Amino acid sequence: MQNELTVRISGEAGQGMQTIGSALCKVFKKAGYHIFANQDYMSRIRGGNNFFQIRVGERPFYTLREKPDITVALDKASITLGPENFLFNVPIYDMAKKTGGGEIFVNSVACGVILGVMKIDFSFLSEVLREAFSDKGEEIIKKNIDCAGEGFNFASQNCPPDIPVCGGIKLKGTGGERLLMNGNEALALGAIRAGCKFYSAYPMTPSTGIMNTIAEYAKDFNIVVEQAEDEIAAVNMIIGASFAGIRSMTGTSGGGFCLMVEGLSLAGMTETPIVVADAQRPAPATGFPTRTEQADLEFLLHAGHGEFARAVFSPGSIEEAFYLVIKAFNLAEKYQIPVLIMTDQHLADSYRDIEMLDYDKVKIQRYIISRSAGSYKRYQFTETGISPRAIPGRIEDVIYADSDEHTEEGHITEDAEIRKKMVEKRFYKKMLGLSQEVEKPTVYNAKDADIILLGFGSTYGVMKEVCESVNTKKLGFIHLSQVWPLPIAHLVELFEESKKLITVENNAGAQLARLIMGETGVKIDRSILKYDGRPFNLDYLTREVLKEAEYAETRGFQEQ
Amino acid sequence: MLKPEDFKSSDEIAWCPGCGDFGILNSVKKALVKLDRPPRDILLVSGIGQAAKLPHYVKANCFNGLHGRAIPAAVGAKIANRNLVVMVTTGDGDCYGEGGNHFIHNIRRNIDITVVVHNNQIYGLTKGQASPTTDPGFVTKFQPGGVILDPLHPLELAIVLGCGFVARGYSADTEHLSSLILEGIRHKGFSLVDVLQPCVTFNKKNTYEWYSKRIYKVNEDKSYNPEDRVMAIEKTHEWGDKIPIGIIYREEKKSYEERYGLNKIPPLVDEKVEDIDIKEILRGYA
Repeated sequence: MQNELTVRISGEAGQGMQTIGSALCKVFKKAGYHIFANQDYMSRIRGGNNFFQIRVGERPFYTLREKPDITVALDKASITLGPENFLFNVPIYDMAKKTGGGEIFVNSVACGVILGVMKIDFSFLSEVLREAFSDKGEEIIKKNIDCAGEGFNFASQNCPPDIPVCGGIKLKGTGGERLLMNGNEALALGAIRAGCKFYSAYPMTPSTGIMNTIAEYAKDFNIVVEQAEDEIAAVNMIIGASFAGIRSMTGTSGGGFCLMVEGLSLAGMTETPIVVADAQRPAPATGFPTRTEQADLEFLLHAGHGEFARAVFSPGSIEEAFYLVIKAFNLAEKYQIPVLIMTDQHLADSYRDIEMLDYDKVKIQRYIISRSAGSYKRYQFTETGISPRAIPGRIEDVIYADSDEHTEEGHITEDAEIRKKMVEKRFYKKMLGLSQEVEKPTVYNAKDADIILLGFGSTYGVMKEVCESVNTKKLGFIHLSQVWPLPIAHLVELFEESKKLITVENNAGAQLARLIMGETGVKIDRSILKYDGRPFNLDYLTREVLKEAEYAETRGFQEQ
Repeated sequence: MLKPEDFKSSDEIAWCPGCGDFGILNSVKKALVKLDRPPRDILLVSGIGQAAKLPHYVKANCFNGLHGRAIPAAVGAKIANRNLVVMVTTGDGDCYGEGGNHFIHNIRRNIDITVVVHNNQIYGLTKGQASPTTDPGFVTKFQPGGVILDPLHPLELAIVLGCGFVARGYSADTEHLSSLILEGIRHKGFSLVDVLQPCVTFNKKNTYEWYSKRIYKVNEDKSYNPEDRVMAIEKTHEWGDKIPIGIIYREEKKSYEERYGLNKIPPLVDEKVEDIDIKEILRGYA
């Protein structure tokens, strides 16, 4: 009996893969299973080929498998049969028309079929359908449940018994509520919790979901969500809003981030806190609008003309995305800097079932003064480089902020000495402070391992599962959820002479390797790079890593 | 009652002697005195250019941002704190060129800010290139054969976009200009005050002499109805022997704050954010 199964729902855009997939995720979760779901879609609204893939099983998953065990083909093109495949023909459109009275019910039929094949209790599906159509009235609910039942019965009666199924094995006592959420939703909810009151963005895949989610709850939390006319407007609006005292954020992808670059520089110069999320996708230019990549690392580290302090987070999981965005706001306001959050389409769109989020864990800290000893100077020189920050209209004095080089009072100056001190303030001193409170990397078996995988962002899940599943003590991983400042001391401590260091990255330039080598002086031996627009999966990375392990076993760490 | 000294800044003024900006500065200060809100409640936002230095010369809150991006920064600040009196001081290049897209879309937003454009029909700070409003045929180093583009007509553009307060002033008539600015501030929604302003160093065509021969106050003509859109658009075509100044067009329309509902809640800046309860929405993901 297998303890996991991967189901892929595949078809043309518009056929309902997302509807079916989302419903099934809820069903599997209700049934007590753990899931990891990812979406593969094209940049179009109808036609082409998209799929929604769900990995279901008894233990928590953090990544996907290379090949599905069950493919639900909603169109002919999705039927790709190999010698070991079995084709199970199901007349879902006929069933939808017969039992429901229209093709619109075909998604419910399909859900029923899948449950029948997997031999999962139908009651979970009827519950989910009831909830999904709760606002459509009893008649619609019944029709959907009946159609699902048709599919379920057909599959139960006609599917050959030797096909691998999960087989009704329930998890033992998970206890508490588990949440089903994707990376975009986690960022949005974290931002709401963090007290973000202004989110302005231009729709750009795969970041749009962040804005959708915040917009959904905006009224309840007095948040202004404003679609900007362009990304330049977005970043400048959030800077103006932050200057006037509210936490504000924008999100985009690489191409939109390009347009925000001068704004980053403005935030750095005026010392205005902002949070900017870059949900990466394959580039350059328009690239693959709906796919995944991690090639903006070097860009995010250096974007913005001139030199100023910044922090860059790279959450590895949905939970991390939630907590780190809250930290991002705190850090942005503490140091009065732009804080960037790197995600990618894979993290943005993947679902996992997670524990209820402990949002009390990260305290909200604003670092704002309402009274000044003496006349207020927005850019007062201090030991730490951080000037006390007041909000216009909420302090007696007036406040001057300027994108030109400025005096402590905020007026324009050309003075060389003041310039020198301001650069030191904005760059050296703030970076020093930031480097003393970096997120520790997540470390697994680095001490005992001979081979250490290194990654940032969404490769956390696949590295974790490879290391946990490959039967050797010689493998470990280090994951960076903050890439700037780099946690140099932590890393150097883990890098011993005898270990082979391999970065795992979704880019062609081995950008993480270059960053680590540049900052620590330690040589990265190799990089496993994937830049085809698709995420790493467990099978692919396991193969690549085992190749390395083989070399390690037979010939130490010399290249052949 | 506030006095002019209340808005006096210590910063040294960097404009050329005789610059039209002085007139605009004085007009802004006069308007602020009449408005009678304390300096801490005023926010002047600018981009880059000579016009953009004005906020430093006033005792008020100042955000001097990027070239072309004053309006978005001002809009963000107004959203954050609707109790701030937000004024943008910008130039013809900063507002109509680099910042053109923000000019267009923020008229659509109709957020309650006042945009004062120092329209000297030239780029002063960068030493004499043509601006979007430069007269055709005007010779510059970038345009040695004379400007061949048709000029942008800011007043007409604003009216066509639906701007609810479109006015033009003249920097040498500070009484008149300050009243326009005050009216603009009081108008609920996006207000445009385009100010004709001689650049004594780089614009030898549109000089004080040139303007004074042409300028007349349109509101002194009782038959002129600034609420008549068609008449207003016609009026904006006058640019030759006669140049109208005053309130060219006005219309009451709901501001962004009203449409979004911001006027019904306290300023966002005063929201408590230290302990926001998201338990219920999280439960929605279970």
